[in-house]
Amino acid sequence: MEPKKEKTREPQTWANRIHEVFKSHGITQVSYVPDAGHSRLIQLCRDDHDLRTVVLTTEEEGVALATGAWLGGQRSVLLMQSSGVGNCINMFSMIRECRIPFFTVITMRGEKGEFNPWQFPMGRNAEKHLKLCGFEIERVEKSTETQQVIDQMVKQVFMNSSMGAVLLSQQMIGVKTFSDE
Amino acid sequence: MNEPGKRSLNYPLRRREVVQELLKSREGLLVVAGLGAPAWDATASGDHPLTFPLWGGMGGAVSIGLGLALAQPNQRVLVITGDGEMLMGLGSLSTVGLQQPKNLAVVVLDNEHFGETGMQTTHTAGSVNLAEIARASGISSSWTIREASEISTTREKLLHEEGPLFCGIKVRAETLPLVLPPKEGEILQKRFRNALMNENGD
Repeated sequence: MEPKKEKTREPQTWANRIHEVFKSHGITQVSYVPDAGHSRLIQLCRDDHDLRTVVLTTEEEGVALATGAWLGGQRSVLLMQSSGVGNCINMFSMIRECRIPFFTVITMRGEKGEFNPWQFPMGRNAEKHLKLCGFEIERVEKSTETQQVIDQMVKQVFMNSSMGAVLLSQQMIGVKTFSDE
Repeated sequence: MNEPGKRSLNYPLRRREVVQELLKSREGLLVVAGLGAPAWDATASGDHPLTFPLWGGMGGAVSIGLGLALAQPNQRVLVITGDGEMLMGLGSLSTVGLQQPKNLAVVVLDNEHFGETGMQTTHTAGSVNLAEIARASGISSSWTIREASEISTTREKLLHEEGPLFCGIKVRAETLPLVLPPKEGEILQKRFRNALMNENGD
């Protein structure tokens, strides 16, 4: 599970920047169902002792976890892939009715270059489902835009008690080197 | 013939009395009450700002309790839910087992029926033992009770022993008068947070 030790200094990546944004907005609970695209961000969060990482058995647990965190005065974020959106839909009703600020970062599957056709239905419809559930949504296509988009969305979510999702395109996360330098 | 379904009609423990006992002189206890009868039971013991009663989110009660317990490590968190609600979120017991929150206790009022939807039997009327699932999920302090004589020690354990804790309480299957908490979710979450902040002197 440990990432390979790099001999050279690791470059700053979009994952590092997302991690920094989480920190700067006081997020303390990070829950996830893994995706290869999220693996570096997950590792960064796990290595950070100020963050509590919670691996879930299904994504909807993360929606409920964020509700509990908010009741207790903390901020939580859910990391998942697009297929996880389908698992959350009923639980989204709760955060909408209770006006729980909720933020999720979603790595997209079922887009250009997808090799598994079973990912297509959720990949192609995740954004529509989220919209129907009441989310504000931003897509990130270029890694250089990640920090700004996520920063804005987190700000908005916790300022207005809204539901926000940032979708990271498969093309962006799919590239071999995560470096944007 | 549905004999397992009838068994719980004669269980000695009555859910309202059990919850009344668990929540008496509750002080700083933070309570999540699961969808359906457990939320009405908690309300029958006195509507309280530090109870978060669920009108939806089925399967999420334990996860809400976990998020709350991690956020407030110095406060005891008690999740009171039903067998149907718990069965929908069994994976959350694994998540709790892994996180090992010391301040989280879960009670399942197990009447072996889906009470709100016509009293159909649940899996616990048959082959499923929730406390054993909880134990196998990593919640080593997991047990089941059936008798009134066990309630006071159970309350002591749930409120004071190191968590995570899980107690399945076999209760009589019965339909009771509705005692409903406020319905507006936004009000419920805000009053909870306000009460908690006042309590902590923030």
